[in-house]
Amino acid sequence: MLLEGQTRIPSGCAISGIFSRSGKRMSGEAVIKSISVMHDRSNGLGGGIAAYGIYPDYKEYYALHIFHNDVAAKTACEEFLERHFDIVSASNIPTRKIPEITDEPLIWRYFATPLKTKLASSQLDEREFVARCAFRINKDIEGSYVFSSGKNMGVFKAVGFPEDVGRFYKLEEYEGYCFTAHGRYPTNTPGWWGGAHPFALLDCTVVHNGEISSYDANRRSIEMYGYPCTLQTDTEVITYIIDYLSRKRGFSYEEISDIVAAPFWSEIDKMEPEKKKLYEYYRSAFSQYLITGPFSILVGFEGGLMALNDRLKLRSMVVGNHGDIFYAASEEAAIRVIEPDIDRVWAPSGGQGVVARLNPDALRALKEDK
Amino acid sequence: MAINYVYPDYEVVRNYDRCISCRACERQCSNEVHSFIEEENKVISDDADCVNCHRCVSLCPTRALKIVKTDHTFKANASWSAKNINEIYKQADTGGVLLSSMGNPNEFPIYWDKILLNASQVTNPSIDPLREPMETRVYLGAKSQDVKRDKDGKIIPEMTPQLKLDLPVMFSAMSYGSISYNAHESLARASKELGIFYNTGEGGLHEDFYVYGPNTIVQVASGRFGVHRQYLDAAAAVEIKMGQGAKPGIGGHLPGAKIGEDVSRTRMIPMGADAISPAPHHDIYSIEDLRQLVFSLKEATAYKKPVIVKIAAVHNVAAIASGIARSGADIISIDGFRGGTGAAPTRIRDNVGIPIELALAAVDTRLRDEGIRDRVSVIAAGSVRNAADVVKAIALGADAVYIGTAALLALGCHLCRTCNIGKCNWGIATQVPELVKRLNPDVGYKRLVNLMTAWKHEIEEMMGGMGINSIESLKGNRLMLRGVGLNEKELEILGIKHAGESA
Repeated sequence: MLLEGQTRIPSGCAISGIFSRSGKRMSGEAVIKSISVMHDRSNGLGGGIAAYGIYPDYKEYYALHIFHNDVAAKTACEEFLERHFDIVSASNIPTRKIPEITDEPLIWRYFATPLKTKLASSQLDEREFVARCAFRINKDIEGSYVFSSGKNMGVFKAVGFPEDVGRFYKLEEYEGYCFTAHGRYPTNTPGWWGGAHPFALLDCTVVHNGEISSYDANRRSIEMYGYPCTLQTDTEVITYIIDYLSRKRGFSYEEISDIVAAPFWSEIDKMEPEKKKLYEYYRSAFSQYLITGPFSILVGFEGGLMALNDRLKLRSMVVGNHGDIFYAASEEAAIRVIEPDIDRVWAPSGGQGVVARLNPDALRALKEDK
Repeated sequence: MAINYVYPDYEVVRNYDRCISCRACERQCSNEVHSFIEEENKVISDDADCVNCHRCVSLCPTRALKIVKTDHTFKANASWSAKNINEIYKQADTGGVLLSSMGNPNEFPIYWDKILLNASQVTNPSIDPLREPMETRVYLGAKSQDVKRDKDGKIIPEMTPQLKLDLPVMFSAMSYGSISYNAHESLARASKELGIFYNTGEGGLHEDFYVYGPNTIVQVASGRFGVHRQYLDAAAAVEIKMGQGAKPGIGGHLPGAKIGEDVSRTRMIPMGADAISPAPHHDIYSIEDLRQLVFSLKEATAYKKPVIVKIAAVHNVAAIASGIARSGADIISIDGFRGGTGAAPTRIRDNVGIPIELALAAVDTRLRDEGIRDRVSVIAAGSVRNAADVVKAIALGADAVYIGTAALLALGCHLCRTCNIGKCNWGIATQVPELVKRLNPDVGYKRLVNLMTAWKHEIEEMMGGMGINSIESLKGNRLMLRGVGLNEKELEILGIKHAGESA
């Protein structure tokens, strides 16, 4: 049986996200409770959580979460890390032994910052340097896999149901301003943890429900710009597209949603001339990043969360607001289980990105030095 | 009595129970195959002059005629086929180079027919084009990835010139001279109605057709026929013709007999003079020279029109395309070895060049490997026969395709492959006024519109089945393709998996 990355595996899924606009830190319990309501949308072959604002004490450092298959891989990977980073902390990610989660690899976390000399001689900006190091490890160091590489955030994933994955990683002990969760229903028997969601590059994480029909068009385009797609999953390619459009081309998340889930020509043709020209531009210059086929995604990034459906809304997704908390999930029940009397719940139209961001004060507080 | 070494390939079979001696066939045949015997009130036929164009068959009111392949035969010989033998006889007779028309008809692999498409089942839904929007619009031109913003951070949505196509299919270069005025009018009007483009070929643009300029691609070829300021100004895009799939490496020759008054004025050459296109452009002996012509044309058109460079698919096509992409061209057009022609030396047509499917895949892969695929659009041509071929071409990596033969078939062409003799009974590949008027542009343009409309429906159905509702998401989407009966090397070049392999 081929592993994820050696073959392409379609899968269905459940997603859920919770975001505090005021930056109030919540424990990981709520999102676990939410995703567990949608148990039947997963089949136990992959689950995971992304959490933001969880490492305030190390927020200046990249938190590298890495799976090592064995000690040899770990040694090779750490040698690489030491050549490229100043590592201020390296430890096991704490886990709880539970019967539902088995065959775990070595799961390590490194807080690190690029070595100044290495960074300078690479002529790259810091984030690009870190991204490339993550690609290098995933591609070249057999048995090691970086599955989280942002600052003050982290991804926790495994083969199992998401609620079990949450318990396994002791998510209740983490506090953050944003959590997303994913339960997976892949159409095969994967043996590998790296294939679970969320998928992450730097602080950008994606949980995704769907199977995109534009996959290979998107993949072959994004690979041209230095994003080797090793996992062959939709989520991987979506993450890279979003990273490329935001980090390298400077698009806002709202603009990105207009590119990847663009309005139909029939709508664009009816727009005011100036607006029409803009959308023609998106669809002409960046048409290779249009994503078709069913998807609902939650994109986490520093200080924000975006919920987005494909333009035909071929996957269910609802969002809601309660006070300053923003919710998004595959099913309304997954929101109501946390907030039964929620202020407002709605189903965004296909292609309409809904972005929640930290209030300016909260963002400032997040970035401020302790 | 002279010896006639060559027995006709085809025989005209007349059913005298049906023939009413109306002599329609006699009047229709410009090759004078049919003749009337007054005394017997009987029409007879001479197979020797028949080109098998079906004009008489199509117009016979009683369906009394049919054309059959002759069963006259040589002694069977795997090496010395009738074709090989007859060609020897012809050359021994004349001492000349053999001429042929239209694309290579020989038995080489047709990769389109060995590629199958995907469809959605269970894990994602197919999309019904009758219920949901299904988009076939594409823009051809360079896709700069640099995003410009004004001081307020607003995006400045400026792009280098683009061609907007409502359907990723265009009518390929066929010159006025090689085809008739009425054929050109049909193509021009259909392009306008369909929101696509036709291509003048190297014969200039007839003054009557300047009104179709917004849907016209004008060609600048090695003969530079009919190239002048207004010609460039009239067009939506300018195509530099470096080569043609049917005859890579050689030029063209339009015999003086076809250069009548109109063609002469349009081409800016004397009436009755042969129009010879040199094999190379004599100002382009290398890639850096091409760059100069590209920019000369851009200067001449104030950088407002995309410049296309058309090349024949030859062995080194991927590297050549890479050079062109770096030469400032906005669009590369690749013409495969089965591409059509009004006339080409048979040996060239049948033996030079490579299949468009392999050339297209190699070019798309190469441009991506070099990270420059977004700098150019790619047009594939050379025997795109139906909507499925279009879909497969796009999935292999084309932005759009050119069709020539398919368009001519819609106008009535029966692929008799004798365009070179200039007596086209269907009024297409001829300049003889009585023949030209047989092609009614009112009917011709409508048939082209019908054909493209039908293809559009079919493309939409196939896309919908794959769960794709925008043609951009099909471009280069090779996972939607599977090969059948192809070897490892072919699959590798095409960049596709074999049927039965999962993703």
